[in-house]
Amino acid sequence: MSDVAHEMQTSRAIDRSQMQVSDEVAIQITDMNKWFGQFHVLRDIDLTVYRGERIVICGPSGSGKSTLIRCINHLEEHQAGRIVVDGIELSNDLKNIDKIRSEVGMCFQHFNLFPHLTILENCTLAPIWVRKVPKREAEETAMHYLTKVKIPDQANKYPGQLSGGQQQRVAIARSLCMRPRIMLFDEPTSALDPEMIKEVLDTMIELAEEGMTMLCVTHEMGFARQVANRVIFMDQGQIVEQNEPEEFFGNPQSERTKLFLSQILGH
Amino acid sequence: MSDTHAQTARFVRESMLPEREPPLAEVGAVKWVRENLFSGWLNILLTVVSAVVIGWILLHIVPWFWNSVWKAGSLSQCREIRDEAFGPGASSACFAVITDRWHQLVFGFYPQTLYWRPVTALIVFLIAASPVLFPRLPRQALWFSAISPFIMFWLLWGGSVWAPLSVLLGIVLAYVAFRIASRFVSPVLAMLAGVAVAVLCWGLLAGPLTTDMSRILPIRLRAVGSDDFGGFMLSFIIGVSAIILSLPLGILLALGRQSDLFFINKVSVAFIELIRGVPLIVWLFTASLLLNYFLPPGTNFDLMLRVIIMVTLFSAAYIAEVVRGGLAALPKGQYEGADSLGLDYWQSMRLIILPQALKISIPGIVNTFIGLFKDTTLVVFIGLLDPIGLSNAIRASTDWNGVYFELFVFIGLMFFICCFSMSRYSIALEKKLQREHR
Ligand SMILES: Nc1ncnc2c1ncn2[C@@H]1O[C@H](COP(=O)(O)OP(=O)(O)O)[C@@H](O)[C@H]1O
Ligand SMILES: [Mg+2]
Repeated sequence: MSDVAHEMQTSRAIDRSQMQVSDEVAIQITDMNKWFGQFHVLRDIDLTVYRGERIVICGPSGSGKSTLIRCINHLEEHQAGRIVVDGIELSNDLKNIDKIRSEVGMCFQHFNLFPHLTILENCTLAPIWVRKVPKREAEETAMHYLTKVKIPDQANKYPGQLSGGQQQRVAIARSLCMRPRIMLFDEPTSALDPEMIKEVLDTMIELAEEGMTMLCVTHEMGFARQVANRVIFMDQGQIVEQNEPEEFFGNPQSERTKLFLSQILGH
Repeated sequence: MSDTHAQTARFVRESMLPEREPPLAEVGAVKWVRENLFSGWLNILLTVVSAVVIGWILLHIVPWFWNSVWKAGSLSQCREIRDEAFGPGASSACFAVITDRWHQLVFGFYPQTLYWRPVTALIVFLIAASPVLFPRLPRQALWFSAISPFIMFWLLWGGSVWAPLSVLLGIVLAYVAFRIASRFVSPVLAMLAGVAVAVLCWGLLAGPLTTDMSRILPIRLRAVGSDDFGGFMLSFIIGVSAIILSLPLGILLALGRQSDLFFINKVSVAFIELIRGVPLIVWLFTASLLLNYFLPPGTNFDLMLRVIIMVTLFSAAYIAEVVRGGLAALPKGQYEGADSLGLDYWQSMRLIILPQALKISIPGIVNTFIGLFKDTTLVVFIGLLDPIGLSNAIRASTDWNGVYFELFVFIGLMFFICCFSMSRYSIALEKKLQREHR
């Protein structure tokens, strides 16, 4: 996998020393199907994610990308097939679901910060109540991650006082405070103004550099080329094509992929 | 043409504009009056007509208040004083009825020598309420708020101190049972276990405990029956108890109505719709008449307690709908944000969802409380002596036969003060939360 120089979103080179894919399975999805009423959103999804992988999922709107990653932490329930996360099978057992959710971090398009809590409280809430970490320790961890996403000075403000890009970085920090082993991103930059996209992508790149397992729904193809080790193209609830980024962008196989790429890349 | 086009299309700003003050608005009272009252013929006409109407009303009301008599033993005495001072037939209020029957209007038929007890109870209430209403006060004070209902109950009704204490014991045991059980089973089951323990404790333990302990350590106040309660004290007790009890019950009902659990959902919906769909007065009659048929013979279930329960259930149904509105107004992302962090249902409700939903619902909740408080006057129809009931009783005496407006003005004023303070408090609270959470 080589660096693609053009279309880079960041100016700096990426440190790949810790971006290693192990052969330990992080997420295993087999034959998964999901319906919304009569509507068959996800069809026969098979996907194995190894620890350390950075996967970018793209595809036209309504193709089921969000639904797929929301199934992984059971924000949506699947009706057939198996999903195993970190060795735990997702069933209807609430204990398992809460366990998986506390191991899997998620960032949403609209951040979903808690507006009635300060930035610091947003970050310490789950560690204190779910992990039972003492308040002092949780605050230290929170400040550590807030420093990492470069907003430690905003800790005592409320989310409404921050810009979109800052809010999204807080959301990432909030997830990291639970020390997740897998991070899911659902279009984290689509609700942001162009000048804020970069700061969020930079944060995500840093995360990737530290070897985090990431599944990322995004249309930032620069990010996909730079960071991803695998790109998945979905359409009509199915995985249509997946490949290494260079191959995927340079030599797409399916007609649908070609059409999609020409639409989002070829202006 | 091409010249002008070039002029308009090409533009480069050389220096950025500095910030400037906005233009001063023209102000002044005369301007306001002219703009709002006398702009155009129609407005002039309306202003004049309104002024005449207001003047006419004041002309009648002001002398009535101004000439009012505050000290007299009966209505006829009032009239004599008026005739002497302002001439016969002058318009004059006889507020002497209020000073003369003040104690009765406030305490009903509560024994005169024991008036200190309701007064102390009121002070206890005010102290207990302040840490709840004003979060800046120390949080430890909430412990006093938690036990204050038992103190107030004992002060008001008297009897052995062991009766309220054994009720308190039941609640403490229930809580302990809940904490222990929630370690092993789901919170709902743990809650049921707690309720079961409380019921067992009250059913089996409370009776013997009270009698035995009263023999060993007889601390008691003279018992006062509910029949003797009346006046504003009665309205206040019913209103405040129902307000305090209906909020948590209403919240639970709202959550129940949102729940995916079939049974809980249907029970909540049925309860809310049934209670809301029937007038309060019907429920009050049910409380006063029908319940006696259903309860085992010999049990004498206090009428006031029954009324408090009914009013509580009634307003809980309304609170539930108000809170449901607040829950529905929250974006779905808040639920998902909480879920994705691994918070369980009760945690996400308590920490994320309810604080926000309740904040949205404050106006509706206070609206319901104000309605509830005024509706306590309906108990007059089942024979309780609330202020309205007392005004009837006072008028029935030969001394004060014929006094209407004075009593109603006074009762209205007292209710207005209570309701208006609730309204102001809610507005202040809303503003404060608005400032905090921005
Ligand atoms: N809660 C829901 N109920 C019914 N249909 C839904 C729901 N959520 C999503 N869908 C439908 O499922 C399809 C896939 O949605 P989604 O996964 O959000 O697509 P994407 O994220 O790829 O744009 C869309 O057609 C959408 O309308
Ligand atoms: Mg989507």
